[in-house]
Amino acid sequence: MRYPVHSAQRVGGRVIQLLHDTGHGMFMLFEAIWFVQFAFGKRSRLETATQMYTTGIKSLAVITVVALFTGMILALQTGLELRRYGQEVYIGSAVAVSMIREMGPFMTGLIIAASVGSAIAAQLGTMTVSEEIAALEVMSINPNRFLVMPRLVALCVMMPVLTVYTNILGIMGGAVVGTTQLGVSVTSYMDNATEFATNKDLYVGLFKAFVFGIIITTVACHQGFMTTEGAVGVGKATRRSVIISFLVILIVGYMITRMFYL
Amino acid sequence: MIRFENVTKQLGQKTVLDGIDFEVGEGETFVIVGLSGAGKSVTLKHMIRLMAPDDGKVLIDGEEISEMDRADLRHVREKFGVLFQSAALLQWMSVFDNVALPLREHTEAAEDEIRERVMEKLEMLGLDDAAEKFPVDISGGMQKRAGLARAIIMDPKIVLYDEPTSGLDPVTSRRIDGLIVNMREQLGITSVVVTHDLHSALAIGSRIMMLHEGRIVENAPPEGFIKSKDPTVQSFLESQYITKKGKWEGMGHE
Repeated sequence: MRYPVHSAQRVGGRVIQLLHDTGHGMFMLFEAIWFVQFAFGKRSRLETATQMYTTGIKSLAVITVVALFTGMILALQTGLELRRYGQEVYIGSAVAVSMIREMGPFMTGLIIAASVGSAIAAQLGTMTVSEEIAALEVMSINPNRFLVMPRLVALCVMMPVLTVYTNILGIMGGAVVGTTQLGVSVTSYMDNATEFATNKDLYVGLFKAFVFGIIITTVACHQGFMTTEGAVGVGKATRRSVIISFLVILIVGYMITRMFYL
Repeated sequence: MIRFENVTKQLGQKTVLDGIDFEVGEGETFVIVGLSGAGKSVTLKHMIRLMAPDDGKVLIDGEEISEMDRADLRHVREKFGVLFQSAALLQWMSVFDNVALPLREHTEAAEDEIRERVMEKLEMLGLDDAAEKFPVDISGGMQKRAGLARAIIMDPKIVLYDEPTSGLDPVTSRRIDGLIVNMREQLGITSVVVTHDLHSALAIGSRIMMLHEGRIVENAPPEGFIKSKDPTVQSFLESQYITKKGKWEGMGHE
């Protein structure tokens, strides 16, 4: 009889821990949101600008490559199928709608979670185990204002901007494949792309990107602050940050699509 | 100034502090010693409420801090400067910016005034040449001094030192000891020092308290501490080759 009792205790303990961690993360997020009013004040503007530069400019190279090839793969796969029915002229719309509605924010979210999110978790994790966070608290410097808020602002601003960039490059990548391998003219591709993609697609995509920015910041900062066990703990926090961000982005992305299109 | 009343703290299954009572008076250099895991750093963290007791009270200047809200706690923490074991300097900031951080965050001082105050502290600690260097580019001893400069930049009444000499060579360790003594003599600062190093404790402390398995086994001035009859204290003294007369007694020597 001992084994089931222990199992139930273990499951119960994990549920309580999960609820505790979620509550802690939410409290951190709400406090950081309250501090957003000081994002460009004297004490935070440099850090906010630095984080925007790190998130936006330093991610451009990898986003460029991923976005171009995402558009090219989409165009090639869709175009080959459409060509069987002589409808390859529609690849413009297929690529544009896929990129703007789903692939743009989704791919940008995954890239930023894997690059910027993991870096945030590792940095804050290292700061936690080396007592830098405790030092901030003792100096009465709120870590949620000093560290979380600038990252939240940076990701919430830069995610939609990077998503627009991903969309444009993805559609351009599709155009390259369409014109060079499927025999669709640039004019025809672009006309088709702009005809079917609506403003709603764009707004919903950008809204998703904004929400993904909040998710990545919250998960990464929270995992960083929860770090224990020294260097090993920093590695675990970084890994957990990426995995949790990926899962939450997938689930929330689906829910937003369902909310706006069903 | 600092008073612990029957403070108990449990971490996981282990009772780290088991109903401890002590008081630190103004102007004292109060040293807490003990084996690893004895509860020394946990005691220090309770003084600034980085940890709160499960039971008992922690009073700072008569105010109970365990249940304080954030605003009141901030006023209490203004009385403290803390030198962490790892110095805890922010790695992306220069030494100057690290020391200037509390001034920039909590005062409206102009940049000229900040520079003057920071350089004054850095000169006092012999770090004026390292002001523009980053923590990763300076030695462990310099990092500790930079951490100390940051701890005292707001002119606190109390400075807490968590293992200030750990990981340092003996010469640098004695230099840090000298700085702690200077803090008391020149600035009248009350100090609480957590250390394993009994030589350091005997040199700088006005009182030494030993913790063992979460309890206080001795709390006395240095001369009383080395004459303690408690077997745990005696064993601790012997482990560092210190006789009851306070003399060093190397292995195999009288």
